[in-house]
Amino acid sequence: MSDFEPKIVGFLCNWCAYGGADLAGVSRLQYPPNLRPVRVMCSGRVDPLFIIQALKEGADGVLVAG
Amino acid sequence: MISPKLVEVGRHTNIELITCSEVKDVEGDPGNFAVTLSNHPRYIDPVKCTGCGECARHCPVTAVNGYNLKLDDRRATYIEYAQAVPLAFSIDTDTCIGCGLCENMCIAKAVEYDDTERETRLTVGSVVMAAGSRGFDPSGLDYLGYGRYPNVVTSEEFERILSASGPYFGHLMRPLDREEPKRIAWLQCVGSRDKNRCGNGYCSSVCCMYAVKEAMIAKEHAHGDLDCVVFNMDMRTFGKDYELYYNRAKDKDGVTFLKARIHSVTEVPDRGDLIVKYADDTGRMQEEIFSMVVLSIGLQVQPDAAELAQRLGIELNEYNFVKTDTFAPVTTSRPGFYTCGVLQGPKDIPGSITEASAAAWAAGADLVEGRGTDIPKIEVPEQRDVTQEEPRIGVFVCNCGINIGGIVDVPAVREYAATLPGVAFSDDNLFTCSQDTQDKIKDVITEHRLNRVVVASCSPKTHAAMFMETLEACGLNKYLFEMANIRNQNSWIHSADSDVATQKAKDLVRMSVARAARLRTLNEKVVPINKKALVIGGGIAGMNAAIGLGDQGFETVLLERESELGGFARNLHHTIEGGDIQAYVNETVDKVNAHDKVEVITKARITGAEGFKGSFSTEIEMGEAKEKRAIDHGVILVATGANEYQPTEFLYGEDDRVVTQVELTDRLHDKGASDLDAVVMIQCVGSRNEEHENCSRICCQSAVKNALEIKKQSPDTQVFVLYRDIRTYGLLEDYYTEAREKGVIFIRFDKDTPPRVTAEADALRVTVKDHILQQDVEIRTDLLALSAGLRAADTDDVSSIMKFNRNPEGYFIEAHVKLRPVDMPSEGVFLCGTAHGPKLITETIAQAQAAASRATTFLAKDAIKLSAITAKVDTEHCVKCLTCVRSCPFGVPQFNTEKMEIEINEALCHGCGVCTAVCPRQVIGLSFYEDDQLMCKIDALLDAEVV
Repeated sequence: MSDFEPKIVGFLCNWCAYGGADLAGVSRLQYPPNLRPVRVMCSGRVDPLFIIQALKEGADGVLVAG
Repeated sequence: MISPKLVEVGRHTNIELITCSEVKDVEGDPGNFAVTLSNHPRYIDPVKCTGCGECARHCPVTAVNGYNLKLDDRRATYIEYAQAVPLAFSIDTDTCIGCGLCENMCIAKAVEYDDTERETRLTVGSVVMAAGSRGFDPSGLDYLGYGRYPNVVTSEEFERILSASGPYFGHLMRPLDREEPKRIAWLQCVGSRDKNRCGNGYCSSVCCMYAVKEAMIAKEHAHGDLDCVVFNMDMRTFGKDYELYYNRAKDKDGVTFLKARIHSVTEVPDRGDLIVKYADDTGRMQEEIFSMVVLSIGLQVQPDAAELAQRLGIELNEYNFVKTDTFAPVTTSRPGFYTCGVLQGPKDIPGSITEASAAAWAAGADLVEGRGTDIPKIEVPEQRDVTQEEPRIGVFVCNCGINIGGIVDVPAVREYAATLPGVAFSDDNLFTCSQDTQDKIKDVITEHRLNRVVVASCSPKTHAAMFMETLEACGLNKYLFEMANIRNQNSWIHSADSDVATQKAKDLVRMSVARAARLRTLNEKVVPINKKALVIGGGIAGMNAAIGLGDQGFETVLLERESELGGFARNLHHTIEGGDIQAYVNETVDKVNAHDKVEVITKARITGAEGFKGSFSTEIEMGEAKEKRAIDHGVILVATGANEYQPTEFLYGEDDRVVTQVELTDRLHDKGASDLDAVVMIQCVGSRNEEHENCSRICCQSAVKNALEIKKQSPDTQVFVLYRDIRTYGLLEDYYTEAREKGVIFIRFDKDTPPRVTAEADALRVTVKDHILQQDVEIRTDLLALSAGLRAADTDDVSSIMKFNRNPEGYFIEAHVKLRPVDMPSEGVFLCGTAHGPKLITETIAQAQAAASRATTFLAKDAIKLSAITAKVDTEHCVKCLTCVRSCPFGVPQFNTEKMEIEINEALCHGCGVCTAVCPRQVIGLSFYEDDQLMCKIDALLDAEVV
């Protein structure tokens, strides 16, 4: 399991989490590269079907941040 | 941060940019000035130059790079920095050997060796002087060793060292041996607060904050432990929320702040380390060794800027800053000439930007009659109909200098993009946001008949709008655009692993390409702007904002909660400069009441609000009878103000010998000071503590002002000011110096050992621990004045009804702390005065004029376009379950009982998509973020991925 690199889909709210992820970049914070962000205008836009679809297609985790 | 601003200036159709030029003379009167310019030769035609840089690559001459403060080299044919506007090279003839290589290499034929000095003339109506400043040159201060020891650098040089585009590419290194420093000392007030050594008696206002920032960034850039020590007299972090940052540096990030006087800096022979000798706060000499010393140099007006001002008949003060009146902060001595930024006085970025807007207001107010007559018409080409075309996607991958290209294999990403479905073109650019790349993108779109564009670069939050404009400019619908964030959310956070970052960049580009293929043409609704303004609050800020808007020709309604105008300023007497506040308030009240464009409503309360930018409607109750009225308006200016804190400390309210500074001013005005043997003042009451972490900005000058007044009225009265840091920033420092000269005694105390006050029958006894004597000092005083901080006015109603956000201290939040200090996050809403944060009257007036200016840019237009990102209901399939009505955080979906269907007003819709996600029938769409446009990203990421 030590080689396991999870694939994580992140739904990030444009106004907070996405801005926060930008700021993490500006601050050069280093974190694991497993997250693939998808920008949404609000975490409330995330339809549960998106999450199911991601998991069904093989994502190891889904992050909804907002 | 400045790059989008540069691009905006370069692209703005109403701005003509003339670089490499100097003003020789200005003749004439306001409304009609004849300006004579000297245009210096640049030897490369900026119109023909494409900024490709071939000339510089082939130039054989090495010259010192002034932009990186001589820390590295450039060519004789050069551009100052990569994001310069206009992006055009020039030849430095001092070093050029005239070999002709650049002329031969230039494909654009832009090199002109025979370019000469020219003189041109302009006709303008107003002039704004914004010549700024340079950092103080510490070479003359022998004891600091600058210029003698390579590892003593100025703060400006250190900024370049920390910068990714700097001489060391952002790696923390010291100049002598390119070693990473282990200990860095910042020496504050070099070239500021120092009349003896350099003649600059003023405080430069910005150095404390930038030293804290540099220390924090240096710690981030360091690979091991880095010890940062800031040697200072006072830490002046007086701006909005600055104290929080200072506290974070001190308490969380371990930056050390030492109260000290520097004796000398000398070098440890052979090692390049530096010995800093200083007197500590008990007066004892100490010595410490550092690997590097940063001199926090102050701001200074350049001699040529001062000469120019004098040549144009602009009066300057003794430090060469432009002389302005307290109550007219951007108006110079010459009619029609205005000023802003550091040329007016030392200040930070938000202060400069505020003044810049104020100067634009003043310059524009003189020319109201001619508004709109002398500007080019923007012609947006007719939109190409691409609805029937198969996707032809163009992918532009950005290197962002080395920010992306230094980590991600950009050519590999570009090649990968070319293989993706629908991609018809892919390229990479050094800076995709630069002016020349925009032109290139336009050409490519036309040439390759692209109908979708993907830019893989930085964040859409900062750059999408600019790229979307580029699409529009060549006839492509701006919503056919998508960004892949491969810098902020990739190269910057995975800088240690190139392969991983490159793979992630490819994934992000693949996801974006998939989405781009599904984007559809969207058209923005155009709504007319109601050209009336509503100003909330009738203090100095609100009145100036209303007059400002009225002078620009816009009908304005000014609301005041109380029965008379004037606000908190009604309690004040004089400014520290001697300006008569009551006379000014009365004059302003008369002016606003008499203004034919301004309607003043007192005893007004806001009871309801609806609408959106350009078309607001506010309900109020007014007068004793609480008469109801609805006001329609296009913009809102918030100027609700602040009040003095009512202390609970130091026997205030229990003993009438304890007063606030405002009460002390009243007392001095009514009874004078001749009956007082001694007065003690305590600073930071209700500020910089656990409940109110921030500094109230104005109280140090209030104390100094009252101390000087006491000394003026009664020189024998002893005045003691007990303080933590004296924050008389900018030109206020002169008054602090004067107070010390007049015998006012300043005693510093620590936050942890505050003064103690006991009441006795004949006097108050104040005990404070003196830091030099290291023991308690007891002062018997007749009067104790508390420098009580400011508290935001009670704005619960305005905030909740109009949905304006406030910070924990009750001050309204601006759109961007640095770059947009007078805009509120909602469009069409502006902010000024102490409703934004504590500030002086002169700063309040500047911000009120700035708010009027920002509102004018809005009201001057006839109509605005609304975002096309809105929710839409398919009413035919809707079952009217009302889930959307219940779920919308903004209450936008309504059930129309006549039509019996759900309505979503697209002007009110924020485009969040909550309704789209919750709709059980899936009949609400969110344009630009439709289900398929998001789902395809998941599919592209996971389905196509090779595991």
